[in-house]
Amino acid sequence: MNLAIVLNVVIQGVLTGLMYGLMALGLSVIFGVVRVVNFAHGEFAVVAMYATYLLFVGLGLDPLISLLPIALAFFAIGYFLQITLVNRFVGRSEHEQFILLVGLAIIIVNGLLMIFGPDARPTNLPYSLDSFEIGPLFIDTARVYSAVAALLVSAALFAFFRYTTTGTAIRACADNLTGAGVVGLNVKRLYAVTFGIGLACVGAAGSLMVTIADASPSLAQSFTLLAFTIVIIGGLGSMTGALVGGVLIGVSEAMASFFFAPSMKSMFSFALLVAVLVLRPQGLMGRRA
Amino acid sequence: MKDMWTAIPARGRVILLVLLAALLVAPAALDRYFMSVLILIFYFAFVGQAWNIMMGYAGQLSLGHALYAGLGGYVAALLWFYFGIGPWIGVFAGVAVAAAFGAVIGWLGFRFGIEGVYFALLTIAFAEFTRIAFDNMSFTGGPGGLFLLYEEQRTHEWWNLRGGPLLFYYLGLALAAGGALLTAWLARSRLGYQWLAVREDQEAALSLGVGAFRAKMIAVLISASMTAIGGVFLAFYYNSLFPAQAFDIGRSIEIILAPVIGGLGTIFGPIVGAFILTPLGEALIALTAKFGVDLPGTKAVFYGLTLMIIITLRPDGVWPWLKRLLGLEPKS
Repeated sequence: MNLAIVLNVVIQGVLTGLMYGLMALGLSVIFGVVRVVNFAHGEFAVVAMYATYLLFVGLGLDPLISLLPIALAFFAIGYFLQITLVNRFVGRSEHEQFILLVGLAIIIVNGLLMIFGPDARPTNLPYSLDSFEIGPLFIDTARVYSAVAALLVSAALFAFFRYTTTGTAIRACADNLTGAGVVGLNVKRLYAVTFGIGLACVGAAGSLMVTIADASPSLAQSFTLLAFTIVIIGGLGSMTGALVGGVLIGVSEAMASFFFAPSMKSMFSFALLVAVLVLRPQGLMGRRA
Repeated sequence: MKDMWTAIPARGRVILLVLLAALLVAPAALDRYFMSVLILIFYFAFVGQAWNIMMGYAGQLSLGHALYAGLGGYVAALLWFYFGIGPWIGVFAGVAVAAAFGAVIGWLGFRFGIEGVYFALLTIAFAEFTRIAFDNMSFTGGPGGLFLLYEEQRTHEWWNLRGGPLLFYYLGLALAAGGALLTAWLARSRLGYQWLAVREDQEAALSLGVGAFRAKMIAVLISASMTAIGGVFLAFYYNSLFPAQAFDIGRSIEIILAPVIGGLGTIFGPIVGAFILTPLGEALIALTAKFGVDLPGTKAVFYGLTLMIIITLRPDGVWPWLKRLLGLEPKS
């Protein structure tokens, strides 16, 4: 076994994993603050992929640029969704929230199917076949750009939660909801901002995802499960956990595809999920409740 | 058993008997298409009841019920395919395998305190894991699917579950009715009250000496077994099985639709839900076909909308509301 080949596979997994991580970060933020499970998460990622595809085909916009308007639009969608619908479900039983978002997921994925049909839509970037050559290593250029962009967005999010007033207020809601209400925070509005941020993350991640996959409705469900798996492995409510979990799953998928078969890659993720649920339910980076 | 019957108000008993009688004689008047719709209704009422036992009564959210239906279907179909063993025997093997999987999932979930959404994810993980495994196994037909031969000369072998719509109609009706009877009986048993106690407040139930682990395990085993029977029914009705369909999360969601729409934790909820949803979906398909729009996904979008509207406006489902409308609320 050639070490260089394995190293290539690992690097590819890490780069993909950073995009996964950004997607999962959105789920983690929503789950951690609003305490609502966004079961339509992967569906939103695929909507972003289609939007990126359309902007590329229509206006020739590079995914790295269309990422910004898409993230903004997704923030607005998330804000609106929380204000109109999800806020009614805060505090209601888990299965009711779950079913609401499952319903939304079904509508999105089948709506996409009705509009675009089942065929995959590839975004053929001019540099999609380029690669950086470092000694024996060949690293996809597009993947490197996307991974860097994912890291930048994540860093911006960390900074937002750490240094801005709104970010601090949202953290206060997550830590102590009653306390946050008592000191006069507008919890419903902050929840809407949070849901918006969560969707902005998944929107940005979806834009980047066109560099590794062709837009297709059938991706949605597996992305949702992927995001959930990553968040639980990384640790619920831990933002670093989401990124670490993303990289872990990215590498595990790349290795499984390489050593076994691409169709078996998610088996390892699910096995990892079950192991984490049983052995370390708070996740790798999570705090014990 | 007798008090189950007397617990229903007189007017409800009349309605129930009339509906049951109508369904018994209906095949004489219905064509093949309406029969097929009713067969689907019975199937969804039955597997919905199975899910209802676990979620509605014991309060455990499973989103991987396709696993049990798929395993039941595959095991019985494989026994028939390779060894010519009929489904009336094969169903026992199917139920055994599904129950074994249910036992593992339940044990992992309840022993290690995996609850709520986490438990739901555990069930999805197992279903997805099995789907990929079946995709990569050759003796099950792999992703290309497993097909049961439909031979004209064997269409009257009811003992091998080879037959026309009439056979599946009455079998489906028996399953749906049997499932409701079983649930009604369980709900009034000691176990049924333990389920409710665990569902409402597990800590309090434990402090009163209710064996929560045992109660939940029994719920999973019963639910998985019933769903596996439904899976065998569907496999021999459609004569084909694909891992991408049989274990798909979409199949799991189909199973939960009827009880959610009809009303969780009620005996008639899954039945009412199935009778509302399936005909509406079929009518929608007929309608869109009539207007010349043939878009895949239309029915699913409609189901999704129904799900969102019902859970927003009537989270308890249609049945509690319908019951009041029909004046079937027991006087208290």
